[in-house]
Amino acid sequence: MIAAVGQVVRRDLLLAVRQRADVVNTLLFFAVVVTLAPLGVGPEPNTLRTIAPGVVWVAALLASILSLNRLFAHDFADGTLEQLLLTREPLAAIVLGKVAAHWLVTGLPITAMAVPLGVMFDLSREQTATLVLALLFGTPALSLLGAIGAALTLGLRGGGVLVSLLVLPLNVPILIFGAGAVEAVAGGLSPQAHLLLLAALSLVTSVLAPWAIAAALRISLE
Amino acid sequence: MSSSARAASGVQLFRFAAPAEFYRLAGKLVPWFAAVAAVLGVVGLYIGFFAAPTDAQQGESYRIIFIHVPAAWMAMFLYVVMAFWAGVGLVFNTRLSAMLACAIAPTGALMAFIALWTGALWGRPTWGAYWVWDARLTSTLILLFLYCGFIALHSAIDDVRRADKASAVLALVGVINVPIIYFSVQWWNTLHQGSSIKPGGSSIAGIMVTGMLLMVFAFWTYAIAAVLHRARSVVLEREQRNAWAQETVAKRA
Repeated sequence: MIAAVGQVVRRDLLLAVRQRADVVNTLLFFAVVVTLAPLGVGPEPNTLRTIAPGVVWVAALLASILSLNRLFAHDFADGTLEQLLLTREPLAAIVLGKVAAHWLVTGLPITAMAVPLGVMFDLSREQTATLVLALLFGTPALSLLGAIGAALTLGLRGGGVLVSLLVLPLNVPILIFGAGAVEAVAGGLSPQAHLLLLAALSLVTSVLAPWAIAAALRISLE
Repeated sequence: MSSSARAASGVQLFRFAAPAEFYRLAGKLVPWFAAVAAVLGVVGLYIGFFAAPTDAQQGESYRIIFIHVPAAWMAMFLYVVMAFWAGVGLVFNTRLSAMLACAIAPTGALMAFIALWTGALWGRPTWGAYWVWDARLTSTLILLFLYCGFIALHSAIDDVRRADKASAVLALVGVINVPIIYFSVQWWNTLHQGSSIKPGGSSIAGIMVTGMLLMVFAFWTYAIAAVLHRARSVVLEREQRNAWAQETVAKRA
């Protein structure tokens, strides 16, 4: 089973490397959305410092959701997904592998990009470090919850907007704890509680979400 | 009761899982629940708007809670009921359960909307603003979004069976998430501001409790009547190829 999961991760990563544009576009989208915030709000450093964590998290949410299309749609179109459903390995495990690969090419680079963005928003070193940690702990849950929506809307017209409508409300707790961690540091408090809750959310969703994704895929491919 | 009699009564109840039987039963029940809702609503509103004393702190504006609180309760409760029936439909593959879940969603969304709307009207004189990012307001708004997501997903899928199952998965994911969302939003709010915004004192007069209870039961019976009525339409629509449904429609016309 672990070998199969490894193969799925390897294959999806290989596909991502071969189709670099998909991955790069997601990251560019993330950077552009974050850049829009100062243009809309104004360049006042104090304001920017206050809104930075929220802006980065909202942009990460949107980037993660827009890239979900890639997760199952291509495999669905060329029939690979049906083959994956027919294998002896548990579908939940295979799905977990696919989501892990998705996180490695979106969540992880987004986390890394938070460092320069933190500097651009004039965050302190501790705040930037907390933002990076929060993204590291929180983005896996974004990918997992988003995958449920992607699986449910597989092959539907207007799927992209629909996924956002389904998934964004579910992501509220991650947004709150993620941005809250950085604000706690700004207020002179320890971000530990927020970070631990984020990690807990990611761990719990990594246990429960694969079953929901697997069930959703079976329904969509019936 | 002997075991055979119990089994027989069980079979009797399951009879109504057949859409045709359910349609007939619901048709008989709807007028009763609607009538009870109307009577309770009129009495409850009379007590709430005229008989109950004026609140010492909030004046007359507090009276909207007689609509606001029952609606908020129903909004939360109906989501759980909807997820329950959707889950039953997913596990046991029963057609009627999914139809019920479908029929509950609009009423639940309406309740969430009423709770938000009346909350805004109450907030203006009390807090000085139609909307504040209070924990309860925000979580109710997210609940409304969850209802909308359920309805949107169901209507986006043409194949009804797939729509039922997919939205059932969504409802179950949502019902696990609702408490997490609720507590995270509460924490988010308390981190930002203290408990400066809280409804007036907890001790309320006995007549207010009576009015509130009557309104709660009125909302309950209204919700049951509305859901059963909508479920009848859903049943007719989905069973349109069956003889009994066509006969029923022909008789009505």
